[in-house]
Amino acid sequence: MSAADVLAGTLVLALNAYVLSGGADFGGGVWDLLAVGPRKAAQRDLVARAIGPVWEANHVWLILAVVLLFTCFPPAFARLAVALNLPLTGVLVGIVLRGSAFAFRGYGGDRDVVQRRWGRVFAVASLVTPVLLGVAVGAVASGAVGDAGRGTGDGFVANYVAPWLAPFPLAVGVFTLCCFAFLAAVYLTLEAPEGELREDFRRRALAAGVAVGGTAGVALVIASPAAPLMHHGLLSSSWSLPFQVVTAAFAVSALAALWTRRYRLARAAAAAQVSLILWGWVGSQYPYVIPPDLRIVDAASPPATLHLVLIALVLGAAVLLPSLVFLFRVFKANDRPSAIRHQ
Amino acid sequence: MSDLAAARVQMGMSLAFHIIFAVVGIAMPVLMIVAERRWRRSGDPVHLDLAKRWARGTAILFAVGAVSGTVLSFELGLLWPGFMRVAGPIIGMPFSLEGFAFFTEAIFLGIYLYGWERVSARAHQLAGVMVAVSGALSGVFVVIANAWMNAPAGFDLVDGQITNVRPLAAMANAAALPQVLHMTLAAYAATGFAVAGVHAWLILRGRRAPFHRHALAIALLVGAPAAVLQPLSGDFAAGHLARHQPVKLAAMEALFVTQSGAPITLGGWPDAAERRTHFGIEVPYGLSLLAFRDPTATVRGLDSVPPDLWPALPAVHLSFDLMVACGMYMALVALWAAWLAWKKVDLSARRRFLWATVLAAPLGFVAIEAGWMVTELGRQPWVIYGVLRTADAVTPMPGQMWRTGVFALIYVFLAVVVTVLLSRQIVRSPMHTGEYRGVPGAGAPG
Repeated sequence: MSAADVLAGTLVLALNAYVLSGGADFGGGVWDLLAVGPRKAAQRDLVARAIGPVWEANHVWLILAVVLLFTCFPPAFARLAVALNLPLTGVLVGIVLRGSAFAFRGYGGDRDVVQRRWGRVFAVASLVTPVLLGVAVGAVASGAVGDAGRGTGDGFVANYVAPWLAPFPLAVGVFTLCCFAFLAAVYLTLEAPEGELREDFRRRALAAGVAVGGTAGVALVIASPAAPLMHHGLLSSSWSLPFQVVTAAFAVSALAALWTRRYRLARAAAAAQVSLILWGWVGSQYPYVIPPDLRIVDAASPPATLHLVLIALVLGAAVLLPSLVFLFRVFKANDRPSAIRHQ
Repeated sequence: MSDLAAARVQMGMSLAFHIIFAVVGIAMPVLMIVAERRWRRSGDPVHLDLAKRWARGTAILFAVGAVSGTVLSFELGLLWPGFMRVAGPIIGMPFSLEGFAFFTEAIFLGIYLYGWERVSARAHQLAGVMVAVSGALSGVFVVIANAWMNAPAGFDLVDGQITNVRPLAAMANAAALPQVLHMTLAAYAATGFAVAGVHAWLILRGRRAPFHRHALAIALLVGAPAAVLQPLSGDFAAGHLARHQPVKLAAMEALFVTQSGAPITLGGWPDAAERRTHFGIEVPYGLSLLAFRDPTATVRGLDSVPPDLWPALPAVHLSFDLMVACGMYMALVALWAAWLAWKKVDLSARRRFLWATVLAAPLGFVAIEAGWMVTELGRQPWVIYGVLRTADAVTPMPGQMWRTGVFALIYVFLAVVVTVLLSRQIVRSPMHTGEYRGVPGAGAPG
């Protein structure tokens, strides 16, 4: 395995971490938007408390992935930034509004109107951003970025809109949103105190889990003509059948564990399921960074750069991983008292 | 507006916005940990209150800085794909390191903010130190990447192709040390004086609580030494420019003609068409003396390159003068503070000093913005000095103005909200002695 492969794998690991942590923070925003019933305020409060101490750290996984992409695979970054300029700009606007709205709601005072206004911005941005992220991923998987990036299209729409405004990328966008909402609901069952609030999120997790399955089905059906490479990789290559079986097993386990109220098991299974889906996409398009023409080896920076980045990754991980473990041990241990003061 | 101009406006706007938050993220944690240290030692609840309020202000600004920093990491590609294709392999390294430093800062800021009652006293203070150190480091790494754009190194250019990439040599570029020193000191000076100015103002407005006196003292403790050192680091940076970026220096000093015994020109309006500066005040031999320590040294003027390689003259020259004026004023106020402290005079009782500090409050940030105008506009038309022109790096996508407009609206909106939130924090600060509502754990060091 070459240094470029290792770094591409690390990049996907960073994305994976982002999906499991930052993705769930977006999902939390979705549940903030969809909060209903007698425990509406309690639901929102739970989401805010769960996200508060960790969302900035979670968010950095995305920055890490972007930085690895432009350091190690600069032609891929340049091409994505051109062909997917519009959806990525939308992602940026969403990230800015989501993050700042969350912070402003936390520090903006307790007046209801202030809370509601920022809450709305936070929630809507949490809804739109994952869809656009998914659209970008779907566009890459469909191979459209390969063509557009080479400039074969003519005119604004062909170059900057057509690659992503198509059924398959949109289906992946909705699927991504469902995954994030599913993760968030599952995590929140563990964050919630015993009782009705926990039941609220159990029901939401079950519904979202079913939605994940449904949207995955739709995306796969569309993929057959729209993303042939991925479709082939996911369904017909040598590793695909066992892989699909394992992913499905995790999906079923997650739902079964939720049904039987074994929340820790549900969390582990849901995280494994979503991670496997991500790796399935990556595996299906290996060895391409951007199918159908830009391979990892073609896009990679010179070896001197790759080796140094590898060294930096090892050193950085030596500082970061213990720190992250400490952060989560302090704030996500299960003996959490009923209230963390939001200071 | 052309797409190139619109892209430059958007990038400039994003940087001008982000830099304020980045700077606060570097320096504010130092204020916060000094206050906490004093509380742990003395048990004086005022210092605990200060540490908590500063931490809260840091959190608001850090959150905005985190998102505006994300925007920048994307914008490098969305606006300048041609730049990233060339620069990514060479200078991606400090960006990767910055990613780690920023990550560390985010983690420990979370622990610091939410961990007052969840981790030990020692761990909490250590978390504060980690925030301060990683904040400073992430600034250092980003400035190193920018320095490389000014003094590219660590690669060979053969027939227009980049070969033999050496990322460590790129990081050790000639501009790195002067720029890192200048920017890091600027962060402490600007933030220290901004905080000091706010509390000086509140004291002048009659808030006599010890809270403000202590706040003023700590803020000056951080800001004043940096402000005094800053002119020295500026002189070091100018010496570097004279050797490595002569065109930028010539634009800063409005020096049109290469000459020995070059004067320094204060103010005035450089006229590129007439090749002279109207209304400027000339100090004979000043520039030669400052740049080369020799009154007769030859300094390269703008005439050493064709006019299409000149940066925008009045903007660079006037930004430079503005930066220097602000920096000098702050250094003088800092020396005044040191003198008063040495004489053991109570700073908060000297109204004239307090007014001078209030006036200095915004100037650090004005100087920072002006300084970045100097270094960024002064490098034009190059995005990588002597290697790649900005016009060749911009995205081919048309309709850039629309996106620039959207981002302009977002930044204006965020700026207004941050201002409102911070001023609310300030207005709510204690009026008089003994006001410590809502400070959990006040008075009990633990």
